[in-house]
Amino acid sequence: MSINKLDQLYRSVIMDHYKNPRNKGVLSDNNVTIDMNNPTCGDVIHLTLQVEDGVVQDAKFEGEGCSISMASASMMTQLVKGKKTEDAVKYAHLFSDMMLGKDVDDSVDLGDIEALSGVAKFPARIKCATLAWKALEKGVGNESEE
Amino acid sequence: MLSKEIRNHFPILDQEINGHPLVYLDSAATSQKPQQVIDALTKYYSEDNSNVHRGVHSLGNRATEGYENAREKVREFINAKSTQEIIFMRGATTALNTVAQSYGRANVGEGDEIVITYMEHHSNIIPWQQLAKEKGAVLKYIDLEEDGTLSLDKVRETVTDRTKIVSVMYVSNVLGTMNPIKEIAEIAHANGAVMVVDGAQAAPHLKLDVQKLDCDFLAFSGHKMCGPTGIGVLYGKKELLNQMDPIEFGGEMIDFVGLYDSTWKELPWKFEGGTPIIAGAIGLGAAIDFLREVGLDKIERHEHELAGLAMEKMSEIEGLQIYGPVDPKKRAGIVTFNLEGVHPHDLATVLDMNGIAVRAGHHCAQPLMKWLDVSATARASFYLYNTEDDVDRLVEGLRMAKEYFQ
Repeated sequence: MSINKLDQLYRSVIMDHYKNPRNKGVLSDNNVTIDMNNPTCGDVIHLTLQVEDGVVQDAKFEGEGCSISMASASMMTQLVKGKKTEDAVKYAHLFSDMMLGKDVDDSVDLGDIEALSGVAKFPARIKCATLAWKALEKGVGNESEE
Repeated sequence: MLSKEIRNHFPILDQEINGHPLVYLDSAATSQKPQQVIDALTKYYSEDNSNVHRGVHSLGNRATEGYENAREKVREFINAKSTQEIIFMRGATTALNTVAQSYGRANVGEGDEIVITYMEHHSNIIPWQQLAKEKGAVLKYIDLEEDGTLSLDKVRETVTDRTKIVSVMYVSNVLGTMNPIKEIAEIAHANGAVMVVDGAQAAPHLKLDVQKLDCDFLAFSGHKMCGPTGIGVLYGKKELLNQMDPIEFGGEMIDFVGLYDSTWKELPWKFEGGTPIIAGAIGLGAAIDFLREVGLDKIERHEHELAGLAMEKMSEIEGLQIYGPVDPKKRAGIVTFNLEGVHPHDLATVLDMNGIAVRAGHHCAQPLMKWLDVSATARASFYLYNTEDDVDRLVEGLRMAKEYFQ
């Protein structure tokens, strides 16, 4: 019973991103750096982006945290690379809606991050999943206003 | 060990979580409440509720009597000389902040020292940081031994004649370490400093004796010792409390009020501005009755045995690291640990799916996490209602988590 519920949270694609994180590291030629932490649990993320002509050219992250927070960061960097900053912000909002259990637009291709939808059923873990996206929003949000 | 019958006093424990009987191992965060505490709150609100110290009417007398009786129970519980030394507050946090803002502001000056340790809870760090910043004082930390204990030699090295306040937790909420408060108080006093004790994790588990410890202030919370949330205690030596100014002003704490000046009531009421936490105090009194009926010495022994058993069985799991003193006699019923390859949050989720409640995170002790060189840990804390079966369930859950994340 409970194993089934666990499997809803820890989908294999999440575990894959956790064990083999994409875009891990620090971008040497970054022009946006964001540090964020989750004060209630101690998770931290250091996100570096290279933004040019309103497009996220490259993204890398470093951090410490649980499988959900690190997998989410890995998926986020994978998704936003090559996207316009305004689209990156849209994805961040979409992700936030997904965590709140709201219906999200079917026409948008979420790729791997769809696997994180199960987190919505674990209220204590939502903040783990949203950390990387909040960092992204902070980083490109400012950028797209300039 | 205590009888399993104790569990029957705690109605909340009789339930299933995610299809499994609840195993509650998070008492260091907050304890569960026995029926007689719940009944005391219900009785107060359904029969005696009224404001205290002002009504001429009968309900007012009953409420006042209940509130002040609770103060006497607390006095006896910590062996204070007088009920004037027992001040009801929201919790240990408020009590420690009160000492910093009242005693601290009046007695700590530029270049003076405040001494704490690396293992403190945030509530025994930040009030002193703020005070040190405001006064230009120096905040010093006593380093820990490798096993997470304090050495008196290091205390002696750190405390000097410039030290005005030494503030140390009695029992660590992470390491479970029981600190030698009496000996530290002697060192503080020899240097002319006052000794403040954060007793939040001690009051639920040990027999407290403020006269024997010779501490100047002691703070603790009711909710960790079977009482309601929102009630706690500041104990202070009468001669110190008498010199101190209140930090909250308003109703209940005044003697005479003029247009431009006012005077305060005597102790302890001058520190209890506003309508006090009447139901909370009565609930705390009922919790103290309950703990005394069971026996604090028996509770302490029970926890040592359970924590010892847990440490023994958990150590058999490969990749499991336990923090703090190895000797169960040096620690209270708190076992903080990490399991290789499983982040504590993931571990806590897997355990929760098995009906087991543990804490994961930094436990409001970020400097200690840094000292341990970890970003987070998991913690199982045991109390009088836990059993050997709970330990087995925990170990089983840990093995399952390890397998799941392999």
